[in-house]
Amino acid sequence: MIKLSHIEKTYDSPSGPVKALKGIDLEIARGEIYGIIGLSGAGKSTLVRCINMLERPTSGQVFVDGKELTKMSASELREARKDIGMIFQHFNLLSSATVYENIAFPLKLAGAAADEIEKKVQPLLKLVGLEAKAHQYPSQLSGGQKQRVGIARALASEPKVLLCDEATSALDPQTTKAILELIRDINRKLQLTVVVITHEMQVVKDICDKVAVIDKGVIAEQGSVIDIFTNPQQPITKEFISVLLSNDLPAAFRGSIVSQEPAPDAYLLVRLTFIGERADDPVIAGMIRNFPEVETTMLFGNLDQIRSTPFGRMIIGLTGPHERVQEALAYLQAKDLKEEVIGYVHRHDSTAH
Amino acid sequence: MFTDMIPLLTKALGETVYMVVVSMVIASIVGIPLGVLLHTTGKGQILESPGFNKCLGTIVNVIRSIPFIILMVAIIPLTRMIVGTAIGTSAAMVPLVIASIPFIGRQVETSLKEVPYGLIEAAQSMGATPFQIIWKVLLPESRASITAQLTTVIISLVGESAMAGAIGGGGLGDLAIRYGYQRFRPEVMVATVVILIILVQLVQLVGNTLAKKLDKK
Repeated sequence: MIKLSHIEKTYDSPSGPVKALKGIDLEIARGEIYGIIGLSGAGKSTLVRCINMLERPTSGQVFVDGKELTKMSASELREARKDIGMIFQHFNLLSSATVYENIAFPLKLAGAAADEIEKKVQPLLKLVGLEAKAHQYPSQLSGGQKQRVGIARALASEPKVLLCDEATSALDPQTTKAILELIRDINRKLQLTVVVITHEMQVVKDICDKVAVIDKGVIAEQGSVIDIFTNPQQPITKEFISVLLSNDLPAAFRGSIVSQEPAPDAYLLVRLTFIGERADDPVIAGMIRNFPEVETTMLFGNLDQIRSTPFGRMIIGLTGPHERVQEALAYLQAKDLKEEVIGYVHRHDSTAH
Repeated sequence: MFTDMIPLLTKALGETVYMVVVSMVIASIVGIPLGVLLHTTGKGQILESPGFNKCLGTIVNVIRSIPFIILMVAIIPLTRMIVGTAIGTSAAMVPLVIASIPFIGRQVETSLKEVPYGLIEAAQSMGATPFQIIWKVLLPESRASITAQLTTVIISLVGESAMAGAIGGGGLGDLAIRYGYQRFRPEVMVATVVILIILVQLVQLVGNTLAKKLDKK
Protein backbone atom coordinates (compact mmCIF):
# COMPACT_ATOMS: atom_id res chain seq x y z
CA MET A 1 0.00 0.00 0.00
CA ILE A 2 2.84 2.32 0.92
CA LYS A 3 6.32 1.99 -0.45
CA LEU A 4 9.18 4.30 0.41
CA SER A 5 12.25 3.78 -1.62
CA HIS A 6 15.51 5.29 -0.53
CA ILE A 7 14.06 8.45 0.99
CA GLU A 8 16.50 11.16 1.92
CA LYS A 9 15.67 14.54 3.39
CA THR A 10 18.16 17.30 4.00
CA TYR A 11 17.30 20.60 5.65
CA ASP A 12 19.25 23.78 5.37
CA SER A 13 20.08 25.24 8.72
CA PRO A 14 22.23 28.20 9.72
CA SER A 15 24.97 25.75 10.69
CA GLY A 16 24.87 23.98 7.33
CA PRO A 17 22.75 21.20 5.84
CA VAL A 18 21.21 18.74 8.28
CA LYS A 19 20.41 15.23 7.10
CA ALA A 20 17.12 14.28 8.74
CA LEU A 21 16.57 11.10 6.74
CA LYS A 22 19.46 9.13 5.31
CA GLY A 23 17.97 6.60 2.95
CA ILE A 24 14.79 5.01 4.26
CA ASP A 25 13.32 1.93 2.60
CA LEU A 26 9.98 0.81 3.91
CA GLU A 27 7.06 -1.23 2.68
CA ILE A 28 3.67 -1.29 4.36
CA ALA A 29 1.03 -3.77 3.30
CA ARG A 30 -2.69 -3.03 2.92
CA GLY A 31 -4.64 -3.25 6.15
CA GLU A 32 -1.55 -3.28 8.34
CA ILE A 33 -0.96 -1.12 11.40
CA TYR A 34 2.65 -0.14 11.05
CA GLY A 35 4.50 1.55 13.89
CA ILE A 36 7.45 3.86 13.43
CA ILE A 37 9.18 4.46 16.73
CA GLY A 38 12.08 6.76 17.46
CA LEU A 39 13.38 9.30 19.92
CA SER A 40 12.61 12.96 19.28
CA GLY A 41 14.82 14.19 16.49
CA ALA A 42 15.21 10.71 15.02
CA GLY A 43 13.37 11.82 11.90
CA LYS A 44 10.09 9.97 12.40
CA SER A 45 7.86 13.04 12.00
CA THR A 46 9.76 14.02 8.85
CA LEU A 47 9.32 10.49 7.56
CA VAL A 48 5.56 10.43 8.04
CA ARG A 49 5.31 13.84 6.36
CA CYS A 50 7.14 12.42 3.39
CA ILE A 51 4.39 9.83 2.95
CA ASN A 52 1.81 12.53 2.15
CA MET A 53 4.45 14.92 0.85
CA LEU A 54 3.87 17.63 3.44
CA GLU A 55 7.65 17.37 3.34
CA ARG A 56 9.10 16.78 -0.09
CA PRO A 57 11.96 14.27 0.13
CA THR A 58 15.29 15.54 -1.17
CA SER A 59 15.63 12.26 -3.05
CA GLY A 60 13.88 8.92 -3.25
CA GLN A 61 10.42 7.77 -4.24
CA VAL A 62 7.11 7.59 -2.41
CA PHE A 63 4.38 5.25 -3.64
CA VAL A 64 0.92 5.14 -2.12
CA ASP A 65 -1.60 2.71 -3.56
CA GLY A 66 0.63 2.13 -6.57
CA LYS A 67 0.88 5.82 -7.49
CA GLU A 68 4.16 7.66 -7.27
CA LEU A 69 3.58 10.82 -5.22
CA THR A 70 7.11 12.11 -5.78
CA LYS A 71 6.37 12.52 -9.51
CA MET A 72 3.05 14.33 -9.16
CA SER A 73 2.22 17.95 -9.92
CA ALA A 74 0.82 20.12 -7.13
CA SER A 75 -2.79 19.57 -8.20
CA GLU A 76 -2.37 15.80 -8.71
CA LEU A 77 -0.83 15.66 -5.27
CA ARG A 78 -3.78 17.50 -3.70
CA GLU A 79 -6.08 14.90 -5.25
CA ALA A 80 -3.90 12.03 -4.02
CA ARG A 81 -3.86 13.42 -0.49
CA LYS A 82 -7.59 12.84 -0.22
CA ASP A 83 -6.71 9.13 -0.01
CA ILE A 84 -4.38 9.76 2.92
CA GLY A 85 -5.94 10.92 6.18
CA MET A 86 -3.74 12.33 8.90
CA ILE A 87 -4.13 12.97 12.62
CA PHE A 88 -1.81 15.06 14.74
CA GLN A 89 -0.40 15.28 18.24
CA HIS A 90 -2.01 18.65 18.83
CA PHE A 91 -5.18 17.72 16.92
CA ASN A 92 -5.00 20.80 14.65
CA LEU A 93 -8.73 21.44 14.68
CA LEU A 94 -10.24 24.71 13.49
CA SER A 95 -11.01 26.58 16.69
CA SER A 96 -13.55 28.74 14.89
CA ALA A 97 -15.57 25.79 13.63
CA THR A 98 -17.84 23.35 15.49
CA VAL A 99 -17.19 19.63 15.76
CA TYR A 100 -19.58 19.06 12.87
CA GLU A 101 -17.93 21.73 10.72
CA ASN A 102 -14.48 20.36 11.50
CA ILE A 103 -15.45 16.88 10.36
CA ALA A 104 -17.15 18.36 7.30
CA PHE A 105 -14.07 20.43 6.45
CA PRO A 106 -12.35 18.04 4.00
CA LEU A 107 -15.69 17.50 2.24
CA LYS A 108 -16.21 21.25 1.95
CA LEU A 109 -12.72 21.61 0.52
CA ALA A 110 -13.69 19.02 -2.09
CA GLY A 111 -16.81 21.04 -2.89
CA ALA A 112 -19.41 18.55 -1.61
CA ALA A 113 -23.06 19.64 -1.30
CA ALA A 114 -24.57 20.24 2.15
CA ASP A 115 -26.84 17.16 2.06
CA GLU A 116 -23.98 14.93 0.94
CA ILE A 117 -21.85 16.32 3.77
CA GLU A 118 -24.65 15.63 6.26
CA LYS A 119 -24.88 12.03 5.03
CA LYS A 120 -21.19 11.45 5.61
CA VAL A 121 -20.65 13.42 8.81
CA GLN A 122 -23.48 11.85 10.84
CA PRO A 123 -22.13 8.27 10.68
CA LEU A 124 -18.64 9.58 11.49
CA LEU A 125 -19.94 11.41 14.56
CA LYS A 126 -21.49 8.12 15.63
CA LEU A 127 -18.32 6.14 14.89
CA VAL A 128 -16.25 8.32 17.20
CA GLY A 129 -19.05 8.70 19.77
CA LEU A 130 -19.49 12.47 19.57
CA GLU A 131 -23.08 12.83 18.35
CA ALA A 132 -23.96 14.87 21.43
CA LYS A 133 -21.09 17.29 20.85
CA ALA A 134 -21.73 18.02 17.17
CA HIS A 135 -22.41 21.71 17.68
CA GLN A 136 -19.79 22.47 20.29
CA TYR A 137 -16.48 24.14 19.59
CA PRO A 138 -13.15 22.34 20.10
CA SER A 139 -12.33 24.53 23.11
CA GLN A 140 -15.25 22.90 24.91
CA LEU A 141 -13.86 19.38 24.40
CA SER A 142 -11.34 17.27 26.30
CA GLY A 143 -8.11 16.12 24.63
CA GLY A 144 -9.50 12.69 23.87
CA GLN A 145 -12.64 14.16 22.34
CA LYS A 146 -10.55 16.52 20.22
CA GLN A 147 -8.56 13.60 18.86
CA ARG A 148 -11.83 11.79 18.10
CA VAL A 149 -12.84 14.79 16.02
CA GLY A 150 -9.41 14.63 14.35
CA ILE A 151 -9.96 10.97 13.51
CA ALA A 152 -13.46 11.56 12.16
CA ARG A 153 -12.16 14.45 10.06
CA ALA A 154 -9.34 12.31 8.69
CA LEU A 155 -11.84 9.62 7.72
CA ALA A 156 -14.34 11.97 6.05
CA SER A 157 -12.74 11.73 2.63
CA GLU A 158 -12.76 7.91 2.90
CA PRO A 159 -9.00 7.53 2.75
CA LYS A 160 -7.12 4.29 2.21
CA VAL A 161 -4.32 5.26 4.55
CA LEU A 162 -4.37 6.91 7.97
CA LEU A 163 -1.20 8.59 9.22
CA CYS A 164 -1.02 9.14 12.98
CA ASP A 165 1.69 11.58 14.04
CA GLU A 166 2.16 11.14 17.80
CA ALA A 167 -1.62 11.02 17.99
CA THR A 168 -1.73 10.01 21.64
CA SER A 169 1.34 11.81 22.97
CA ALA A 170 -0.68 14.69 24.39
CA LEU A 171 -3.22 12.41 26.07
CA ASP A 172 -3.33 10.70 29.47
CA PRO A 173 -2.87 6.90 29.63
CA GLN A 174 -6.57 6.07 29.83
CA THR A 175 -7.52 8.32 26.95
CA THR A 176 -4.56 6.98 24.98
CA LYS A 177 -5.92 3.49 25.43
CA ALA A 178 -9.37 4.48 24.24
CA ILE A 179 -8.02 6.32 21.19
CA LEU A 180 -5.76 3.39 20.27
CA GLU A 181 -8.73 1.04 20.54
CA LEU A 182 -10.70 3.32 18.26
CA ILE A 183 -7.87 3.35 15.71
CA ARG A 184 -7.65 -0.43 15.80
CA ASP A 185 -11.40 -0.71 15.43
CA ILE A 186 -11.37 1.54 12.40
CA ASN A 187 -8.45 -0.39 10.94
CA ARG A 188 -10.50 -3.60 11.16
CA LYS A 189 -13.82 -2.17 10.07
CA LEU A 190 -12.56 -0.17 7.11
CA GLN A 191 -9.53 -2.26 6.16
CA LEU A 192 -7.55 0.92 6.54
CA THR A 193 -3.77 0.92 6.39
CA VAL A 194 -2.49 2.79 9.43
CA VAL A 195 0.94 4.30 10.07
CA VAL A 196 1.59 5.13 13.71
CA ILE A 197 4.41 7.47 14.64
CA THR A 198 5.31 7.34 18.31
CA HIS A 199 8.06 7.48 20.88
CA GLU A 200 6.25 5.09 23.20
CA MET A 201 6.77 1.35 22.91
CA GLN A 202 3.46 0.85 24.71
CA VAL A 203 1.62 2.25 21.69
CA VAL A 204 3.46 -0.12 19.36
CA LYS A 205 2.75 -3.04 21.65
CA ASP A 206 -0.93 -2.18 21.92
CA ILE A 207 -1.90 -1.81 18.28
CA CYS A 208 0.88 -2.37 15.77
CA ASP A 209 1.42 -5.44 13.62
CA LYS A 210 4.84 -4.38 12.47
CA VAL A 211 7.32 -1.80 13.61
CA ALA A 212 10.35 0.06 12.34
CA VAL A 213 12.78 1.55 14.82
CA ILE A 214 14.24 4.73 13.43
CA ASP A 215 17.40 6.26 14.81
CA LYS A 216 19.43 9.21 13.50
CA GLY A 217 17.65 9.18 10.15
CA VAL A 218 17.98 5.49 9.37
CA ILE A 219 15.90 2.43 10.15
CA ALA A 220 17.82 0.58 12.85
CA GLU A 221 15.57 -2.43 12.89
CA GLN A 222 12.21 -3.52 11.52
CA GLY A 223 9.97 -6.54 11.72
CA SER A 224 6.85 -7.92 13.34
CA VAL A 225 6.16 -6.52 16.79
CA ILE A 226 6.41 -9.92 18.44
CA ASP A 227 9.84 -10.54 16.89
CA ILE A 228 11.12 -7.14 17.87
CA PHE A 229 9.86 -7.58 21.41
CA THR A 230 11.24 -11.04 21.94
CA ASN A 231 14.43 -10.76 20.01
CA PRO A 232 15.61 -7.16 19.72
CA GLN A 233 18.96 -6.82 17.96
CA GLN A 234 19.92 -3.16 18.22
CA PRO A 235 20.75 -1.31 21.44
CA ILE A 236 18.20 1.39 20.59
CA THR A 237 15.46 -1.23 20.24
CA LYS A 238 16.45 -2.85 23.52
CA GLU A 239 16.27 0.53 25.16
CA PHE A 240 12.73 1.16 23.91
CA ILE A 241 11.64 -2.26 25.07
CA SER A 242 13.30 -1.98 28.46
CA VAL A 243 10.89 0.83 29.32
CA LEU A 244 8.08 -1.71 29.20
CA LEU A 245 9.94 -4.82 30.25
CA SER A 246 12.01 -4.18 33.30
CA ASN A 247 15.51 -5.54 32.94
CA ASP A 248 16.45 -4.67 36.50
CA LEU A 249 17.50 -7.42 38.83
CA PRO A 250 14.96 -8.49 41.43
CA ALA A 251 15.12 -6.43 44.65
CA ALA A 252 17.00 -9.06 46.65
CA PHE A 253 19.88 -8.89 44.16
CA ARG A 254 19.84 -5.30 43.03
CA GLY A 255 23.22 -3.65 43.48
CA SER A 256 25.06 -6.95 43.90
CA ILE A 257 28.04 -7.72 41.72
CA VAL A 258 27.18 -9.98 38.82
CA SER A 259 29.95 -12.45 38.14
CA GLN A 260 30.27 -14.91 35.31
CA GLU A 261 32.30 -17.21 37.58
CA PRO A 262 30.46 -19.67 39.82
CA ALA A 263 30.83 -18.99 43.54
CA PRO A 264 29.57 -20.87 46.57
CA ASP A 265 26.07 -19.84 47.69
CA ALA A 266 25.65 -17.68 44.60
CA TYR A 267 22.50 -17.88 42.53
CA LEU A 268 22.76 -18.39 38.81
CA LEU A 269 20.22 -15.92 37.48
CA VAL A 270 18.54 -16.82 34.18
CA ARG A 271 16.06 -14.71 32.27
CA LEU A 272 13.53 -16.79 30.34
CA THR A 273 11.22 -15.56 27.59
CA PHE A 274 8.26 -17.64 26.47
CA ILE A 275 6.47 -16.85 23.24
CA GLY A 276 3.19 -18.11 21.84
CA GLU A 277 2.00 -21.57 22.95
CA ARG A 278 5.31 -22.19 24.71
CA ALA A 279 4.17 -19.69 27.30
CA ASP A 280 1.82 -22.36 28.65
CA ASP A 281 4.34 -25.24 28.75
CA PRO A 282 5.38 -26.54 32.17
CA VAL A 283 9.10 -26.11 31.46
CA ILE A 284 10.05 -25.03 34.97
CA ALA A 285 8.09 -27.86 36.58
CA GLY A 286 9.92 -30.29 34.29
CA MET A 287 13.28 -28.88 35.28
CA ILE A 288 12.50 -29.08 38.99
CA ARG A 289 11.36 -32.67 38.60
CA ASN A 290 14.49 -33.64 36.67
CA PHE A 291 16.99 -31.86 38.88
CA PRO A 292 15.81 -32.19 42.47
CA GLU A 293 19.24 -31.16 43.79
CA VAL A 294 18.94 -27.78 42.17
CA GLU A 295 17.02 -25.27 44.17
CA THR A 296 14.95 -23.09 41.89
CA THR A 297 13.75 -19.74 43.09
CA MET A 298 11.24 -17.71 41.10
CA LEU A 299 12.35 -14.10 41.29
CA PHE A 300 10.28 -12.32 38.70
CA GLY A 301 7.44 -13.38 36.46
CA ASN A 302 5.12 -11.66 34.05
CA LEU A 303 2.72 -12.91 31.41
CA ASP A 304 1.60 -10.47 28.77
CA GLN A 305 0.09 -10.43 25.33
CA ILE A 306 1.28 -8.75 22.18
CA ARG A 307 -1.76 -8.53 19.94
CA SER A 308 -3.04 -12.10 20.49
CA THR A 309 0.28 -13.79 21.15
CA PRO A 310 1.00 -14.72 24.78
CA PHE A 311 4.37 -13.49 25.87
CA GLY A 312 5.90 -14.41 29.21
CA ARG A 313 9.05 -13.27 30.97
CA MET A 314 10.62 -14.75 34.06
CA ILE A 315 13.80 -14.53 36.05
CA ILE A 316 14.79 -17.61 38.05
CA GLY A 317 17.67 -18.22 40.39
CA LEU A 318 19.36 -21.61 40.51
CA THR A 319 21.56 -22.84 43.38
CA GLY A 320 23.03 -26.21 44.17
CA PRO A 321 25.97 -28.33 43.09
CA HIS A 322 27.73 -26.63 40.19
CA GLU A 323 27.40 -29.54 37.72
CA ARG A 324 23.71 -30.02 38.46
CA VAL A 325 23.06 -26.33 37.92
CA GLN A 326 24.84 -26.51 34.56
CA GLU A 327 22.75 -29.55 33.61
CA ALA A 328 19.57 -27.78 34.58
CA LEU A 329 20.64 -24.84 32.43
CA ALA A 330 21.33 -27.18 29.52
CA TYR A 331 17.85 -28.66 30.02
CA LEU A 332 16.34 -25.19 29.66
CA GLN A 333 18.47 -24.42 26.64
CA ALA A 334 17.22 -27.58 24.93
CA LYS A 335 13.63 -26.32 25.25
CA ASP A 336 12.05 -24.10 22.67
CA LEU A 337 12.27 -20.86 24.58
CA LYS A 338 14.64 -17.99 24.84
CA GLU A 339 16.97 -17.89 27.79
CA GLU A 340 19.65 -15.46 28.78
CA VAL A 341 22.15 -16.17 31.53
CA ILE A 342 22.58 -13.06 33.64
CA GLY A 343 25.35 -14.48 35.88
CA TYR A 344 26.13 -15.55 39.42
CA VAL A 345 24.90 -13.21 42.11
CA HIS A 346 24.76 -13.30 45.88
CA ARG A 347 21.61 -12.38 47.69
CA HIS A 348 21.92 -9.36 49.97
CA ASP A 349 20.64 -11.38 52.94
CA SER A 350 22.91 -14.39 52.28
CA THR A 351 26.08 -12.32 51.98
CA ALA A 352 25.30 -10.71 55.33
CA HIS A 353 26.42 -13.69 57.37
CA MET B 1 -24.37 80.73 22.59
CA PHE B 2 -24.64 76.94 23.00
CA THR B 3 -27.49 76.49 20.59
CA ASP B 4 -25.43 77.58 17.60
CA MET B 5 -22.95 74.85 18.49
CA ILE B 6 -25.40 71.97 17.98
CA PRO B 7 -25.73 72.14 14.16
CA LEU B 8 -21.97 72.75 13.89
CA LEU B 9 -21.20 69.73 16.03
CA THR B 10 -23.66 67.39 14.29
CA LYS B 11 -22.35 68.42 10.88
CA ALA B 12 -18.75 67.92 12.00
CA LEU B 13 -19.55 64.59 13.60
CA GLY B 14 -21.25 63.47 10.38
CA GLU B 15 -18.17 64.44 8.38
CA THR B 16 -15.83 62.61 10.75
CA VAL B 17 -17.94 59.44 10.69
CA TYR B 18 -18.20 59.64 6.91
CA MET B 19 -14.44 60.08 6.48
CA VAL B 20 -13.59 57.29 8.90
CA VAL B 21 -16.13 54.80 7.58
CA VAL B 22 -15.43 55.29 3.89
CA SER B 23 -11.64 55.41 4.39
CA MET B 24 -11.79 52.31 6.55
CA VAL B 25 -13.84 50.34 4.03
CA ILE B 26 -11.59 51.25 1.09
CA ALA B 27 -8.40 50.73 3.10
CA SER B 28 -9.63 47.34 4.32
CA ILE B 29 -10.41 46.16 0.81
CA VAL B 30 -6.77 46.72 -0.09
CA GLY B 31 -5.17 46.31 3.35
CA ILE B 32 -6.56 42.89 4.31
CA PRO B 33 -5.32 41.20 1.12
CA LEU B 34 -2.04 43.06 1.63
CA GLY B 35 -1.78 41.57 5.12
CA VAL B 36 -2.54 38.12 3.71
CA LEU B 37 0.23 38.56 1.13
CA LEU B 38 2.69 39.85 3.72
CA HIS B 39 2.06 36.76 5.80
CA THR B 40 1.72 34.01 3.20
CA THR B 41 4.74 35.02 1.12
CA GLY B 42 6.91 35.01 4.24
CA LYS B 43 9.51 32.38 5.06
CA GLY B 44 8.10 28.88 5.41
CA GLN B 45 4.57 29.98 4.50
CA ILE B 46 2.26 28.62 1.80
CA LEU B 47 3.16 31.15 -0.91
CA GLU B 48 6.77 31.63 0.17
CA SER B 49 8.45 34.19 -2.07
CA PRO B 50 11.31 35.95 -0.27
CA GLY B 51 11.98 38.65 -2.92
CA PHE B 52 8.35 39.67 -3.25
CA ASN B 53 7.88 39.63 0.51
CA LYS B 54 10.88 41.85 1.10
CA CYS B 55 9.80 44.29 -1.59
CA LEU B 56 6.26 44.53 -0.19
CA GLY B 57 7.56 44.86 3.34
CA THR B 58 9.82 47.74 2.36
CA ILE B 59 7.02 49.67 0.64
CA VAL B 60 4.82 49.19 3.71
CA ASN B 61 7.59 50.40 6.01
CA VAL B 62 8.31 53.46 3.86
CA ILE B 63 4.68 54.62 3.87
CA ARG B 64 4.33 53.87 7.57
CA SER B 65 7.38 55.94 8.44
CA ILE B 66 5.96 59.15 6.94
CA PRO B 67 4.11 61.22 9.57
CA PHE B 68 0.48 61.58 8.57
CA ILE B 69 0.53 65.37 8.38
CA ILE B 70 3.46 65.24 5.94
CA LEU B 71 1.95 62.41 3.90
CA MET B 72 -1.24 64.43 3.56
CA VAL B 73 0.58 67.39 2.04
CA ALA B 74 3.08 65.34 0.06
CA ILE B 75 0.44 63.46 -1.88
CA ILE B 76 -1.67 66.50 -2.80
CA PRO B 77 -0.94 65.99 -6.54
CA LEU B 78 -2.15 62.39 -6.28
CA THR B 79 -5.23 63.49 -4.36
CA ARG B 80 -6.03 66.04 -7.04
CA MET B 81 -5.65 63.36 -9.68
CA ILE B 82 -8.05 60.99 -7.88
CA VAL B 83 -10.81 63.28 -6.61
CA GLY B 84 -10.22 66.35 -8.76
CA THR B 85 -9.51 68.65 -5.83
CA ALA B 86 -7.10 68.83 -2.93
CA ILE B 87 -9.57 70.38 -0.50
CA GLY B 88 -12.63 68.99 1.22
CA THR B 89 -13.83 65.82 2.92
CA SER B 90 -13.39 63.58 -0.11
CA ALA B 91 -9.89 64.91 -0.69
CA ALA B 92 -9.01 64.24 2.94
CA MET B 93 -9.94 60.60 2.50
CA VAL B 94 -7.17 59.90 -0.01
CA PRO B 95 -4.30 60.32 2.49
CA LEU B 96 -6.41 58.61 5.16
CA VAL B 97 -6.79 55.55 2.93
CA ILE B 98 -3.14 55.56 1.88
CA ALA B 99 -1.92 55.81 5.45
CA SER B 100 -4.29 53.10 6.64
CA ILE B 101 -3.57 50.45 3.98
CA PRO B 102 -0.07 49.53 5.23
CA PHE B 103 -1.24 49.88 8.83
CA ILE B 104 -4.05 47.38 8.23
CA GLY B 105 -1.63 45.19 6.29
CA ARG B 106 0.73 44.90 9.24
CA GLN B 107 -2.09 44.42 11.75
CA VAL B 108 -3.63 41.63 9.68
CA GLU B 109 -0.22 40.05 9.20
CA THR B 110 0.22 39.99 12.98
CA SER B 111 -3.18 38.34 13.41
CA LEU B 112 -2.47 35.69 10.79
CA LYS B 113 0.83 34.86 12.47
CA GLU B 114 -1.12 33.68 15.49
CA VAL B 115 -2.72 30.85 13.51
CA PRO B 116 -0.77 27.68 14.40
CA TYR B 117 1.10 26.21 11.44
CA GLY B 118 -0.35 22.81 12.34
CA LEU B 119 -3.74 23.96 11.06
CA ILE B 120 -2.26 24.81 7.68
CA GLU B 121 -0.52 21.46 7.62
CA ALA B 122 -3.79 19.71 8.45
CA ALA B 123 -5.57 21.53 5.63
CA GLN B 124 -2.75 20.64 3.24
CA SER B 125 -3.00 17.02 4.26
CA MET B 126 -6.66 17.15 3.19
CA GLY B 127 -5.74 18.49 -0.22
CA ALA B 128 -6.54 22.19 0.32
CA THR B 129 -5.29 24.71 -2.24
CA PRO B 130 -3.39 27.79 -1.02
CA PHE B 131 -6.47 29.89 -1.74
CA GLN B 132 -8.64 27.54 0.34
CA ILE B 133 -6.11 27.69 3.15
CA ILE B 134 -6.31 31.49 3.17
CA TRP B 135 -10.06 31.65 2.84
CA LYS B 136 -11.12 28.70 4.99
CA VAL B 137 -8.33 28.43 7.55
CA LEU B 138 -6.26 31.59 8.00
CA LEU B 139 -9.00 34.23 7.83
CA PRO B 140 -11.72 32.40 9.82
CA GLU B 141 -9.21 31.33 12.47
CA SER B 142 -7.92 34.87 12.97
CA ARG B 143 -11.24 36.70 12.58
CA ALA B 144 -11.44 37.64 16.27
CA SER B 145 -7.89 38.93 16.29
CA ILE B 146 -8.35 40.80 13.00
CA THR B 147 -11.50 42.44 14.41
CA ALA B 148 -9.55 43.64 17.44
CA GLN B 149 -6.72 44.92 15.23
CA LEU B 150 -9.08 46.73 12.86
CA THR B 151 -10.68 48.41 15.88
CA THR B 152 -7.29 49.92 16.63
CA VAL B 153 -7.01 51.11 13.02
CA ILE B 154 -10.46 52.76 13.18
CA ILE B 155 -9.49 54.62 16.34
CA SER B 156 -6.27 55.89 14.82
CA LEU B 157 -8.31 56.93 11.76
CA VAL B 158 -10.52 59.05 14.04
CA GLY B 159 -7.36 60.82 15.22
CA GLU B 160 -5.92 61.22 11.74
CA SER B 161 -9.23 62.49 10.37
CA ALA B 162 -8.98 65.33 12.87
CA MET B 163 -5.66 66.31 11.32
CA ALA B 164 -7.30 66.18 7.90
CA GLY B 165 -9.11 69.34 9.01
CA ALA B 166 -5.83 71.10 8.22
CA ILE B 167 -6.49 70.71 4.50
CA GLY B 168 -10.12 71.74 4.76
CA GLY B 169 -11.39 68.24 5.29
CA GLY B 170 -14.01 69.24 7.79
CA GLY B 171 -14.97 67.05 10.72
CA LEU B 172 -14.60 67.41 14.47
CA GLY B 173 -10.88 68.20 14.44
CA ASP B 174 -11.41 70.97 11.95
CA LEU B 175 -14.22 72.41 14.07
CA ALA B 176 -12.09 72.33 17.20
CA ILE B 177 -9.26 74.17 15.49
CA ARG B 178 -11.35 76.83 13.71
CA TYR B 179 -13.89 77.59 16.45
CA GLY B 180 -12.23 76.38 19.61
CA TYR B 181 -8.75 77.65 18.89
CA GLN B 182 -8.84 80.37 16.26
CA ARG B 183 -12.12 82.00 17.45
CA PHE B 184 -11.35 81.57 21.17
CA ARG B 185 -14.40 79.45 21.98
CA PRO B 186 -13.10 76.91 24.49
CA GLU B 187 -16.59 75.42 24.95
CA VAL B 188 -16.49 74.23 21.32
CA MET B 189 -13.09 72.72 21.93
CA VAL B 190 -14.36 70.89 25.02
CA ALA B 191 -17.50 69.72 23.22
CA THR B 192 -15.53 68.25 20.30
CA VAL B 193 -13.10 66.52 22.62
CA VAL B 194 -15.99 65.02 24.60
CA ILE B 195 -17.61 63.79 21.39
CA LEU B 196 -14.31 62.30 20.22
CA ILE B 197 -13.87 60.51 23.54
CA ILE B 198 -17.38 59.06 23.33
CA LEU B 199 -16.80 58.07 19.71
CA VAL B 200 -13.56 56.25 20.49
CA GLN B 201 -15.11 54.52 23.52
CA LEU B 202 -18.00 53.39 21.38
CA VAL B 203 -15.77 52.03 18.62
CA GLN B 204 -13.64 50.19 21.17
CA LEU B 205 -16.69 48.75 22.91
CA VAL B 206 -18.23 47.50 19.68
CA GLY B 207 -14.87 46.13 18.54
CA ASN B 208 -14.25 44.29 21.79
CA THR B 209 -17.74 42.83 21.90
CA LEU B 210 -17.53 41.65 18.32
CA ALA B 211 -14.06 40.18 18.80
CA LYS B 212 -15.21 38.34 21.89
CA LYS B 213 -18.22 36.96 20.11
CA LEU B 214 -16.09 35.70 17.24
CA ASP B 215 -13.48 34.15 19.49
CA LYS B 216 -14.21 30.46 20.03
CA LYS B 217 -10.79 29.62 21.43
